[in-house]
Amino acid sequence: MEKKTKITAEEGKQDLVITREFDLPVALLFKAHVEAEIFEEWMSHEYGTTKVKKLEARRHGSWRFETTDAQGNMLFGANGVIHEFVENQKITRTFEMENTPFPVQIEYLEFEQLTEDTCRLKMQIVYKSVEYRDQHLKMPFEYGMNMAHNRLQDVLSKLK
Amino acid sequence: MNLRRDVFQAIADPTRRAILLLVASQAMTAGAIAANFDTARPTVSKHLQILTECELLGQEQNGREIYYHLNPQKMKEIADFIEPFRKMWDDRFNKLESIMKKYKPKK
Repeated sequence: MEKKTKITAEEGKQDLVITREFDLPVALLFKAHVEAEIFEEWMSHEYGTTKVKKLEARRHGSWRFETTDAQGNMLFGANGVIHEFVENQKITRTFEMENTPFPVQIEYLEFEQLTEDTCRLKMQIVYKSVEYRDQHLKMPFEYGMNMAHNRLQDVLSKLK
Repeated sequence: MNLRRDVFQAIADPTRRAILLLVASQAMTAGAIAANFDTARPTVSKHLQILTECELLGQEQNGREIYYHLNPQKMKEIADFIEPFRKMWDDRFNKLESIMKKYKPKK
């Protein structure tokens, strides 16, 4: 089974598709998206802790989360509303990155059971324009380099 | 494993990214690079070896010293932007999977 996460971003289109297969029953994959504590755990990383401020897992519910660094500075905030919500099948939601010029994105998440113990997630993200999509794709790289730079400055300041 | 994949593993490490930033401005010897980090010298050497193996760094002999410099061509390949984005989601999903596996009752 191909387990790697795949990204399809065709040139000149304003959407992208993320697909991934999991060794999990579909109900557990779905649970990881709707239970705040679990979501916080897999969305946190070495540089930041993610906290769910609101997660109304239902049609017309809204959501918001924040990622902060070790000093409590907010690194990233996002929010949106849920439009479609079908347990173990789909979530359609908007995604707004706070304090950025990015327009709201629409995300279509489809959860599919493959076998009793395996499932697939297909996530289509639609952007306002091709340019915004491409800019969003570049973010992790720039972010990574900034982080490295901060780390380097930490190291250098200790030497003084 | 292909080379391309190695490159992204190489930059996944914060120290190695910091090394790349250091040598971006000027070619440096291993000793000069190591002087910027708290980590032990052999650890820095290992990082330099990895970065050299995947061609992010080039080596140049100058007298008795070996200078490391950035390979801009390879760095450009990294800037091919989809891979870091994919890697970010792959890391998240790997984490999600391992967390939820613990939820599963033992069979």
